[in-house]
Amino acid sequence: MEELPVQISFTVNGVAQRVEVAGDTPLLWVLRDLLDLKGTKYGCGKAACGACTIHVDGEAVRSCSFAVKFAEGKEVTTIEGLSTEGGLHPVQQAWVEEVVPQCGYCQPGFIMATAALLEKIPSPTDQDIDDNIVNVCRCATYYRMRKAIHRAAEIRGQGSEERS
Amino acid sequence: MSEAKKAKKSGFGRRKFLVGAATGVGVILGAGYLSRDLGRRYMAGMIHNLEPSYNNEAGPNLWFEITAENRVILHSPKVEMGQGVFTGLAQIAADELEVPIENMEVVHAATDRHVDPRSTGGSDSIAGLWNPLRELSATLREMLKSRAAELLDVERSALTVDAGVISGAGKSMTYGEVVAQTQESEWVVPDPPPLKDVSEYRYVGRPIARVDLQDKVLGSPIFGFDAALPDMLYGAVVRPDKIGATFLGADTSAAEGMPGVVKVVEEPDFVGVVAESQIQAEAAKKAIRARWQVDRNWQQADIEAMLKVGEGTAFEIQKAGDAEDLLSADGSADGDLITAEYSSPIGAHAQMEPNGTVAYVETKQGADDQVTILISTQVAKITRREVAERLGLDERQVNVKTTFLGGGFGRRLHTPNAMQAAVLSKAVGRPVKCFFDRKEEFQNDTFRPPTHHVLKARLNGGRIEALEHHVSSGDVAFGSPFIPELMETVLGADLGAWRGGMIQYRGIPHHRAVSWRVKLPFATSWWRSLGLLANTFAIESFIDELAEKAGADPVQFRLDHLADDEAGRRMRGVIEAARDRARWAEGAGEGRALGFAASTDAGTPAAQVVEVSVERGEIKVHRVVCAMDPGLAVNPDQIRAQCEGAIIMGQSASLYEEMTVEDGALTPTIYGAYRMALMRDAPKEIDVVILESTDEPGAVGEPPLGPIGAAIANGVFKLTGQRLRSLPLRIASTNQG
Ligand code: FES
Ligand code: FES
Repeated sequence: MEELPVQISFTVNGVAQRVEVAGDTPLLWVLRDLLDLKGTKYGCGKAACGACTIHVDGEAVRSCSFAVKFAEGKEVTTIEGLSTEGGLHPVQQAWVEEVVPQCGYCQPGFIMATAALLEKIPSPTDQDIDDNIVNVCRCATYYRMRKAIHRAAEIRGQGSEERS
Repeated sequence: MSEAKKAKKSGFGRRKFLVGAATGVGVILGAGYLSRDLGRRYMAGMIHNLEPSYNNEAGPNLWFEITAENRVILHSPKVEMGQGVFTGLAQIAADELEVPIENMEVVHAATDRHVDPRSTGGSDSIAGLWNPLRELSATLREMLKSRAAELLDVERSALTVDAGVISGAGKSMTYGEVVAQTQESEWVVPDPPPLKDVSEYRYVGRPIARVDLQDKVLGSPIFGFDAALPDMLYGAVVRPDKIGATFLGADTSAAEGMPGVVKVVEEPDFVGVVAESQIQAEAAKKAIRARWQVDRNWQQADIEAMLKVGEGTAFEIQKAGDAEDLLSADGSADGDLITAEYSSPIGAHAQMEPNGTVAYVETKQGADDQVTILISTQVAKITRREVAERLGLDERQVNVKTTFLGGGFGRRLHTPNAMQAAVLSKAVGRPVKCFFDRKEEFQNDTFRPPTHHVLKARLNGGRIEALEHHVSSGDVAFGSPFIPELMETVLGADLGAWRGGMIQYRGIPHHRAVSWRVKLPFATSWWRSLGLLANTFAIESFIDELAEKAGADPVQFRLDHLADDEAGRRMRGVIEAARDRARWAEGAGEGRALGFAASTDAGTPAAQVVEVSVERGEIKVHRVVCAMDPGLAVNPDQIRAQCEGAIIMGQSASLYEEMTVEDGALTPTIYGAYRMALMRDAPKEIDVVILESTDEPGAVGEPPLGPIGAAIANGVFKLTGQRLRSLPLRIASTNQG
């Protein structure tokens, strides 16, 4: 049985949000249907494909299987919040350079998963990529994605050199 | 370009152009769409006695809008499902229209503005529109020029066009300005002007970045699953999990009072619920007790027993010489008789975006009902008809607006879920969004049919004298409830289960192919390239077996059996290109082997060399070289992207994917359990060589999927000595790796 509606407050892409919804509602539906952020996709609803990947306090999370109540007080980032006024995120930039997307449906999930990976491992090896990027892309754009992940690491590296 | 090709007309006559005021800015340029000769071109030689009929839709079809800001909006009759069709069409139109590609915008045509009598599929999106779109664009350019001559009061011959601006005698106007100053009656439609030579094009032939690229990395495109209408509710339909289940009725009492439930809707053929949220609709659906009649508890063994060459009805699809006699086992013919059997499993589409619809049946006082359908479909026209029939409306009352597709692959060549969403919307008087969940998507897929193959050959003096391929497959085209429409839709480029089933080595004096047709108890249909993967797996593995028996190099052996005609020469081109690029003669590195295979699909030959190893009992694919000859390459980068995707998807189907029937149900029903290629499985090196041996674009999206299964299996044989004859390929446990 559904839990009773409760008030939950958290930040989404830097904006404070408060929703009233059953606490066990997957964060995916809150983002998509209540907050109208449609970039985060449904693929399976069972944490098996990664289409719904977002960041909660910087960690990659499969939002279809993450109850909204656990987002209380946390910072949520979706694909819509990844780029900044300054332009595309390095991962998005690399994705453009390598012309990765085909149908595009899985891409936000992969981009979010990659952005989180690069925070942990700034220069991932092929093995790191194989171990950590385990989303599903039916158009099978993996070949370009791998190149784009390495390229994103490069762009990020250049960015941090400039900053330092 | 040859004279014969120049003379080819796509069928647009002067009268078919219609120019009218658009709502808002700009004007609409429309044309009736009659592409009979293009369709026939594909049909030629592929089928014997089936003739599609193309209907010319009544009324104008909207192709272009030009806004006052000088943007050109192209309403694409083909849907964007990842194949890059929007980009290719933008390139083609921009070149003939003389506008910068940045000024082009491509949108999906809605059925109230434009109906493509064909669907999107069969790899013919760019090929089929190549001539019509060039002609339309050139005609529009000339119309704009003529009108500008009047407005600027300059001789038409003194005008030049550059980047959407018409200039002459020191004066100039943008297309947008011309359009803004023109009434419908003031347009003059010329005879179709001559087309530019391909060498004059700036965009066609270049690796232009996808027009939807930036949006797709920002997550902004609207897919069917993202579509919404104001005041929308959420629906859920109970779907059967058993094969052959017929709906009998339902006990809905538990669902009625659940939180958020607006209405439970029971129809003769289905039951569904509408609620305030997705979660509430799903919860209420689970509380509905539907009753199903299931006549038989199907098992995998039942399916395998049905699916045997020799069962069902046979249809000879190819015959040269006297293969049947030469291959009889009575011992009267010379040489060695070799036979082998191959098989492939049931495949799921597993496209990432599930099927579903946003529907709104709007009842208007004193006026006709209006229905809006937002959906990712490959068949807008069929969907419109189905919804209209179900609601007892005229088709013109139904407007189907296609969204981006989260993958197509044939799964959206029939989208009857639109009817169900429309019924739910009608019941509550509000827009309803209703989708499959992943389990339902797996269980109610229109599967790639399993196949069984018998191959026979007579080898004589190191050459194949006779070769025969028998394939038994579930229905593809014939299983569809829309045979006439889907015939005209897809037959343009393929014939379902046979695809790839013919012998391409027509230098073999006696050859024959026979297709056995079986009606399976679950829905089977198109799956990216259909029979191509399985048929090529069987034939090209068998050719490798014959090469081995003949003691010949497998690549040279193939070349030696090609016919010296156009198809044979194009096949030779890709075989040699793949061989050379992969440095076939040098072989693979330590612990690895190279495998080779080739196929022709929808007129496009492709050849692949793969480098494989076996690690911990699993086949690994390290490198794939693919040479393909699709003719003129409108966008070489997107052709590469299609090759890369098709290769990995084909690898996935060849090594991992398999649905089976267990206790009346198709299983598994989730990603992971239905194993598909992931990042770690994908080859680290894919090298695509594009040959352009004709001056018109041909099929791209499916042909490169053909050779991969056989190429891997042939590599595995070379490495391990194991000849794997069924997909998915699995190594018998040995000490390998
Ligand atoms: S939708 Fe969340 S992992 Fe598939
Ligand atoms: S781009 Fe289509 S599923 Fe990944």
